Amino acid sequence: MKTKKKSLDRRSFLKSSALAGGGLMLTFNWFTQAKAAEAMGESLAETWHELTGYIKITPDNVIKILNPNPEFGQNVMTSLPMMVAEELEVDFEKVVVEMGPHDNAKLGPQFTGGSNSVRMYYNILRQAGATARQMLTEAAAQTWGVSADQVIASNGMLTSGNRKATYGEMASKAASMTAPKDVQLKSPSEFKVIRTAQKNVEGKKVVTGKPLFGLDYQAEGMKIAMILHPPAFGMTLKSFDASQALRMPGIKDVFSFKLFDEDFAMAGFDVRTFNEQIAIVGDSTWQVMNARKKIRAEWTERGDARETRMGRGGSQTVTIPGKLESTNYHFDEMEEGRKTAKVQRRDGDPETAFKNAAVVIEKTYNAPFLAHNCMEPMNGFADVREDSAIIAGPHQAPGWIEPTLSKVLGIAPDKIEMISTRMGGGFGRRAYGQYYVEAALISKQAKVPVKLVYSREDDMSYGIYRPMYTATYRAALDENKNLIAFHVSGGGIPESPIHANRFPAGALDNYLAESWEVPSNITIGAFRAPRSNFNAAAEQSFLDEVAEAMGKDPIQMRLDLLKRAKENPVGSNNDYDADRYAGVLELVREKSGWGKPENNGKRRGVAAYFCHNSYAAHVVDMIERDGEPYVEQVTSALDCGIVINPEGAANMVQGAVTDGIGQSFYGTMTFNNGVTDHKNFDTYRMIRHNESPKKIDVHFVENDIAPTGLGEPPFPPVFGAVANALYKTTGKRYYNQPFMNAEQPESI
Amino acid sequence: MAKYNLKINGKTREVDVDAGTPILWVLRDHLNLVGTKYGCGIAQCGACTIHLNGIAMRSCMLPVSSVGNQEITTIEGLSENADHPVQEAWLEHDVAQCGYCQGGQIMTAAALLKNNPNPSDEDIEATMSGNICRCGTYLRIKEAIKTAAAK
Ligand code: FES
Ligand code: FES
Repeated sequence: MKTKKKSLDRRSFLKSSALAGGGLMLTFNWFTQAKAAEAMGESLAETWHELTGYIKITPDNVIKILNPNPEFGQNVMTSLPMMVAEELEVDFEKVVVEMGPHDNAKLGPQFTGGSNSVRMYYNILRQAGATARQMLTEAAAQTWGVSADQVIASNGMLTSGNRKATYGEMASKAASMTAPKDVQLKSPSEFKVIRTAQKNVEGKKVVTGKPLFGLDYQAEGMKIAMILHPPAFGMTLKSFDASQALRMPGIKDVFSFKLFDEDFAMAGFDVRTFNEQIAIVGDSTWQVMNARKKIRAEWTERGDARETRMGRGGSQTVTIPGKLESTNYHFDEMEEGRKTAKVQRRDGDPETAFKNAAVVIEKTYNAPFLAHNCMEPMNGFADVREDSAIIAGPHQAPGWIEPTLSKVLGIAPDKIEMISTRMGGGFGRRAYGQYYVEAALISKQAKVPVKLVYSREDDMSYGIYRPMYTATYRAALDENKNLIAFHVSGGGIPESPIHANRFPAGALDNYLAESWEVPSNITIGAFRAPRSNFNAAAEQSFLDEVAEAMGKDPIQMRLDLLKRAKENPVGSNNDYDADRYAGVLELVREKSGWGKPENNGKRRGVAAYFCHNSYAAHVVDMIERDGEPYVEQVTSALDCGIVINPEGAANMVQGAVTDGIGQSFYGTMTFNNGVTDHKNFDTYRMIRHNESPKKIDVHFVENDIAPTGLGEPPFPPVFGAVANALYKTTGKRYYNQPFMNAEQPESI
Repeated sequence: MAKYNLKINGKTREVDVDAGTPILWVLRDHLNLVGTKYGCGIAQCGACTIHLNGIAMRSCMLPVSSVGNQEITTIEGLSENADHPVQEAWLEHDVAQCGYCQGGQIMTAAALLKNNPNPSDEDIEATMSGNICRCGTYLRIKEAIKTAAAK
């Protein structure tokens, strides 16, 4: 009984500490000793002793650490286990890392997104490591008849005087012990694993082509399934004739299916872009692809549709317009939407300040829908039986889609096994799991295990896109060129980009932020640093123009505003920490040699941004190459608190920089009567080798702040820095993305 | 459907497929060699790159009937134990993010170095630009190719 009580205490402690960190917390029972686990009906491999949910050790000292969180390239397979290894006191290079099972109760929230993986697991995983180390130490102490503080745990070995044992030798005894109530965590100055550069633990599997991804998933008796979805947003299935398709070799089944019932209350990450589709099931991908072309389907306009969503404070039903939308219509609707703008924040008296201004600068910025274009198209495996199901594949948050699957299938969540494969990219797209729902419904109806495969065309034309955004910025200067008021009015289809409490809010006496939204049937969702990825482009490019009008250096101008925000902030709910914001600007100024005579001839742009709890600044050096602007070099400064793995972190920042250059130069998804103008990489332009920089220098602010996340923050300010470098290179301001698209409308 | 004897990674493998089936799907669906990836199906992304008689090829538009006796090498057959200089350089530079494109990148790079052991930056860019990396690992790929070339 005593054991149980202690473990309960421990659990509640963890629960509250994790919540205090701001992470989303589901039911939590992270620490499990072998006995308790068995009592819970789990069968453990005979030779593995489980010390905590995350750590298993064999008698011959093989140490396995389970990574709890889905991997999509942010390298959590390496960085999260490093945290365990740090406190466990083992040599990281000797550790075996494995993807943990989907089990929120045991392994925590298990979601990848919002730059949260490292942040939300930082305490949990170090505590898991420390707990196991303490249990091993205690086991050795008892065995040797000494006190625990006479036992040293280091490098997977326990020593006391001249007595020595491996962790493995003590694992069995340790596993039977009560987990300690309190564990002491190291201070950052004691770190031996964290802050060391570690190679990707799956690197070798990647370079040898091992089956790692969802599309590589295989199961006994598995068939391949594809979907045929309406050709345009706003359309639905009327009728179809599959007789020809069914005669094609290898084809087993063709049928239509419905994703959700009309009144289904959708969760936050459910989407019903195309609620009724046709499924084709067959032996091999090529056969199914070919048979799909032979289906004669008739589609019709769906008309307005109603959608019910669960949310805080009950469910809400909204009308989704049925119109077949085109990009020109979107621009017109933005102008209409502007009239419905609502105030999000007002400080001081901006209207009067603008009226009395000596100079008013006003600029409008536009950005298109973007397709995620993960290299691995959407896919998912489903084996749905009478009262159980296995779902496997690449998903950022299996725990978010599981309840939806449970409702749609009528199978209890604990009867649904969710398996996470490595993801060939996510960028937010794989937080939305409708492809799992589709796979599950197809498996259920066809009564076979299926792997649903999206073609690239499916993936691109059936997207959960980054919304289309616009924002108009205004700045008021007095006769001495002081910035006296700032106004942003921004809208989006169908979601507004505005973060009203972000910089420069708090740095100005007169500030106004307004926002509006335009409903649409184009489905949208999170895309690496949602909303920020537009704001940083528009606002950071606007500030550059304002600094120029003020006759100030763009870095100094920002630092002056941040100084004001720190010393005498306006309002109390400003989102950002002015010191950390200034810190990345100062670091990038130093590292890029900004303003140094030797760099005078360079055409460079700077931008900085805060989002997802971290801070990023870039200096972009541009040249003209064959008559085209080219980003040759980038200097980046980041403040994400403690950097777990400098190697993986630098790679991720370099990737975000490259991604940002590519999206700002080329990224765009446009529509014609509900049909996407791009379906594959022949016309959807992605950044390629010859367009990526020759050098990206990454610098981190060194501090002991607990990690604040890194996947998203470096991405948004790239857009602004690129826009500002373009101005220096071409003499022209770029207001509309993608920048390398001559057909975009001119700004006001 | 027809029977084909394919020379893949030094072994002869028999498959019974439609003549138009691209090698990509023969490898993935029929031979369980899934290191060769599907990314676009129209020779635009390079994820499906293999070697055909030592030359880099996009397998997604290469029908099985056109291969005949030619030797196919896939990422699984590039080396015995991840010890091809390109693979080693990839590990040294810790290139991969999601990793999905990397098999194709490595196959393109390996073929490049075979023909041109000391490629210039321009050579590297010209050859590698058919391989998309959505995660943006191009810089590390470039560095890794230079390291492999130096070996
Ligand atoms: S899948 Fe062959 S080039 Fe893209
Ligand atoms: S590493 Fe993800 S696509 Fe290249």
